[in-house]
Amino acid sequence: MAVSVDEAVSAGPARGRPPAARRPGGRGRSVLEVALLTVLAVVMLFPVLWMIETSIKENRDVYAIPAEFFGFTVTMDHFKDVFVAPDGGRSALSVAFLNSVLVAGASTVLATVLGVPAAWAYSRFALKAKKDQLFFILSTRFMPPVVVVIPIFLMYRQVGLIDSKLGLILIYAAYNVPFTIWMMKGFVDEVPAEYEDAAMLDGYTRLQAFRKFTLPLLVPGIAATAVFALIFSWNEFVFAIFLTSSDSVRTAPPAIAGLIGGTTVDWGLVAAASVVFALPVLVFAYLVRRHLVAGVTLGAVRR
Amino acid sequence: MSAPVPLTTDPGRVASATPPAPGRSRRLSDRGLAVAFTSPALLLLLAMSVFPLLWALYLSFTDYSATRGGAAHFVGFGNYTAILTSAQVHQRALTTLIYVVGAVTLQTVLGFAIAYLISRRTHGRGLLTTLFLVPMMLSPVVVGLFWRFMLDAQFGVINSMLGSLGLGQVEWLTRQRTALVSLIVVDTWQWTPFIMLIALAGLTAVPKYLYEAASIDRASEWFRFRTITLPLVWPLLLIAVLFRAIEAFRLFDLVYILTSGGPGVSTETLSFHVYKVAFLGFNTGTASAYGILMVLVVIVLTQLYLRYLNKLKEG
Repeated sequence: MAVSVDEAVSAGPARGRPPAARRPGGRGRSVLEVALLTVLAVVMLFPVLWMIETSIKENRDVYAIPAEFFGFTVTMDHFKDVFVAPDGGRSALSVAFLNSVLVAGASTVLATVLGVPAAWAYSRFALKAKKDQLFFILSTRFMPPVVVVIPIFLMYRQVGLIDSKLGLILIYAAYNVPFTIWMMKGFVDEVPAEYEDAAMLDGYTRLQAFRKFTLPLLVPGIAATAVFALIFSWNEFVFAIFLTSSDSVRTAPPAIAGLIGGTTVDWGLVAAASVVFALPVLVFAYLVRRHLVAGVTLGAVRR
Repeated sequence: MSAPVPLTTDPGRVASATPPAPGRSRRLSDRGLAVAFTSPALLLLLAMSVFPLLWALYLSFTDYSATRGGAAHFVGFGNYTAILTSAQVHQRALTTLIYVVGAVTLQTVLGFAIAYLISRRTHGRGLLTTLFLVPMMLSPVVVGLFWRFMLDAQFGVINSMLGSLGLGQVEWLTRQRTALVSLIVVDTWQWTPFIMLIALAGLTAVPKYLYEAASIDRASEWFRFRTITLPLVWPLLLIAVLFRAIEAFRLFDLVYILTSGGPGVSTETLSFHVYKVAFLGFNTGTASAYGILMVLVVIVLTQLYLRYLNKLKEG
């Protein structure tokens, strides 16, 4: 399967427009198609644009009826409120963002450290019931979080991991390990095993051959995989809301969701916090756009 | 695989790279390496996924309550029969079914249509694809919150636009019927790009000589679409659809943020109901049985998914 966004761009002109375009009426149809695509693109992007607009509007413009699309006063107050508390100190949201960075980062590192060697082993060795093992690994990822969280909650309460960053890091790592293994196995499969065989002929052990010859070739794949794991952990909400409660531990998604708890909702602040929260994801997703198909199907579908 | 291999990492031994013999012990060291490399990951999965599920399985046969504490009494299949015969659960199952089928169908049709339109463009395909993918990368929390704001009956932008078009106002999230529709719409908005991305991958993989051959035969566009495009893209599309169906079935966060199951119970899906039984009703035993039943559904769907995936990989 040809897969990436880049490939979609580079495919030559011949493929994109079958001869139909040259038939009479083909031109009108082409215009219609472009128009249709434009409308769809506007519909898909409007909520995102509206969110960005809301985040830079003054409060009275946010609630204006009818809605104001242009010509409002631009303000950065909401973004300031995201990071700075009214009393001048650090806001609860900024603490939550820091927690998110820590939890997502640490769980990604853990998942990568555990997942990459496992992926290599699954790719290279004839293990017992390998296919079953791999399918089992992937299916753990499909368990409904809201079901898993019930026993995890009880388990964490027993061992004192409730409301701790370590608890979140562990469960996120466990959720990312299946993805890392499946995604990385694809990358390892692409590196010929002969490289290692040749290195071993030269006297390296299997482990050394992996470290010196295969691992360097895997670095781009590891980076892409880690970015996806980072995005998954960053966006995760269900475990975060049930396993943490205090402001000092809470990650950004439950903290942002908490903004709508009260009687009045400061939608400007919600929008600004959402923008700050979503921006890194979009940047990272753009960096790994070539691997998006594999990434979003948990490494199951690839070229 | 016939390469002779030194037995240890000991540098002294490495140099002497002895030829034949070590067949047996080499395989052993490979196996050792494989076990050493896979077991940490598997242990984490056992501790964080398998063990909790087994615990839930145990709890599902008891009347344990996480808040009341005390000993758990064995109740046999009591929890299961209670759930399977509960009218409440049947209603949630119906809601979930409507939601899953509605959302996934809409996403598939829209996503495939967009992918088809993009695949016919020569210019700007990369940019278009990137733009369309934005909703998918957002957290459900952000998506849910933001749509809640946009769908607000009083100052939401959707109603404001309807108003300026001279249409009536709709209480999107506060009427029983429309709330479920809103949920489907929002989920469709977020996940149409997913289907589009995968359909596009399938569409760009269709070899163009097939189209050329078809146009030499003066096959009509619809004929080409039906006999070339669809059969070749279908297997991949099916994977995407099943994947989305599993995700939609276990969806929780969007419901929690967008409607909290309301108004009434009109948007309560099964996973939201489990949450209410477990964390608001504190019937841990019942909730566990409920959860196990959901896990069974997910396992069936996952098996289906993996089987098609397998077919795709071998085919």
